[in-house]
Amino acid sequence: MSTQATGARLAWEQFWAIIWKDLRSELRTRQAWMSMGLFALLALVVFNFAFDLRVENLATVGPGALWIAFIFASILGLSRNITVEQDRGPMDRLLVAPVDRAVVYLAKVVGNVIVISVIEAVALPIFAMLYNLPIIQPAIAPILLLGTLGVAAVGTQFAALAANTRARELLTPLLIFPLIVPVVIGAVRATEALLTPIHDDAPWLGLLVAFDVIFLSVSAITFQFVVEE
Amino acid sequence: MQSVLQDSAKGKLADISRRAPVIGAALGWLGRYGELALLALTTIGMLLTIWAAFIYAPTEAVEGPVQRIFYVHVPLAWISYLAFFFVLVGSVIYLWRRDERWDAFARVNAEIGTVFTTLVLISGSLWGRAFWGAWWVWDERLTTSLLMWFIYVGYLALRAYTGRTAQGARAGAVVGILGFIVTPINYMSVKWWRTLHPDQVLPLGGTPQLPASMIVALMISLVAFTLLYTLLTIEVYKLERATAEAERLRVDVELSGQE
Repeated sequence: MSTQATGARLAWEQFWAIIWKDLRSELRTRQAWMSMGLFALLALVVFNFAFDLRVENLATVGPGALWIAFIFASILGLSRNITVEQDRGPMDRLLVAPVDRAVVYLAKVVGNVIVISVIEAVALPIFAMLYNLPIIQPAIAPILLLGTLGVAAVGTQFAALAANTRARELLTPLLIFPLIVPVVIGAVRATEALLTPIHDDAPWLGLLVAFDVIFLSVSAITFQFVVEE
Repeated sequence: MQSVLQDSAKGKLADISRRAPVIGAALGWLGRYGELALLALTTIGMLLTIWAAFIYAPTEAVEGPVQRIFYVHVPLAWISYLAFFFVLVGSVIYLWRRDERWDAFARVNAEIGTVFTTLVLISGSLWGRAFWGAWWVWDERLTTSLLMWFIYVGYLALRAYTGRTAQGARAGAVVGILGFIVTPINYMSVKWWRTLHPDQVLPLGGTPQLPASMIVALMISLVAFTLLYTLLTIEVYKLERATAEAERLRVDVELSGQE
């Protein structure tokens, strides 16, 4: 019992140590933040032209544009991060350490969620201004968190999976997008429901929770095979 | 390695023939002529399916002749789900036992499942164009099939780009597991998102809504396509193993040439 408790505490410490390491490296280089943030803003501007937004269709098109901008920016940042890790070797050194692979995976996911959340916190007010939508309300927080967690869960696993292949730029999106559909649908619909309340709508937050729980647990178990040498 | 496995299989067979001569002879015969017999049965089954779908089954009153696509479309869809389930099974057992043959089994099923799903999507589109007036409708079953197609095309692309390495096999196994687990969630989310497809014709536990002759035609077709699937699995599996063996031999030759 006591050894189990010690093991759990050790895993907890390792978990935060990895997150803190990733965040510090990100704070120093600011690579992911710059590229992801600018990409998200650019996507929001381009969608404005692509969909010819007017007052009457803003509430229906806006949430989709917002989430596609967030998801594309996240995938871009995640695959960049893992490429840098593979090329410069911190991943190898991390895997030499006696840390459970599930802890490494979950720490990476949470670290990515924090990085993406910062982008979202900046991009959301700009979106609200550009699209003139009352999106800044307390109820958006759980949607953003659950959606981002889903994107980070899938993105972290598949970016690591494709990183060792010759065609990672092609494979990462090819593998991620078909799997991320429940997150896209759930997050976009939940955001829409926030703007134009509909009764008897499906439980979108429940869908996001179910997806996140299932995907995180299966990925935490299988991540060891992805990073195995 | 290969020859050792074959020897042990032969040894087992010899052991069985000694103890039970009739079963041993049957197994030996199956090994020698089984594939030919399966090929013959598949051909007969396919001819019967054509007869059942075009002549035996009555023309559907509402949909007209185009409904006959159903006898190809439905069995292909069922078998592609089965193939993708076997990808999951092969992937899990491969990660557990680290036996290359299970990885080959998973990969072969992904290939066949992808080809069958392609045919499902094409035959479904043809039917949809005639009956709905649109090649494509974003309902949950079509969309889930399309997403499955993308997932397993991604799986095959990953396998193609990683070559025959243990790392590629492990990565493929993880995609095979996650892809199958996500598919029901995809289905549910698209179902909540929009619904247009005609109801399932064989509700589980309920009474079938089709006339008996249509059920018979469907069953003939299902048996024929299952035979086709089995034949393809065996042949593509043997091809896959032979390719892996050939690559290994080539590496051996190249290495010995360098010495």
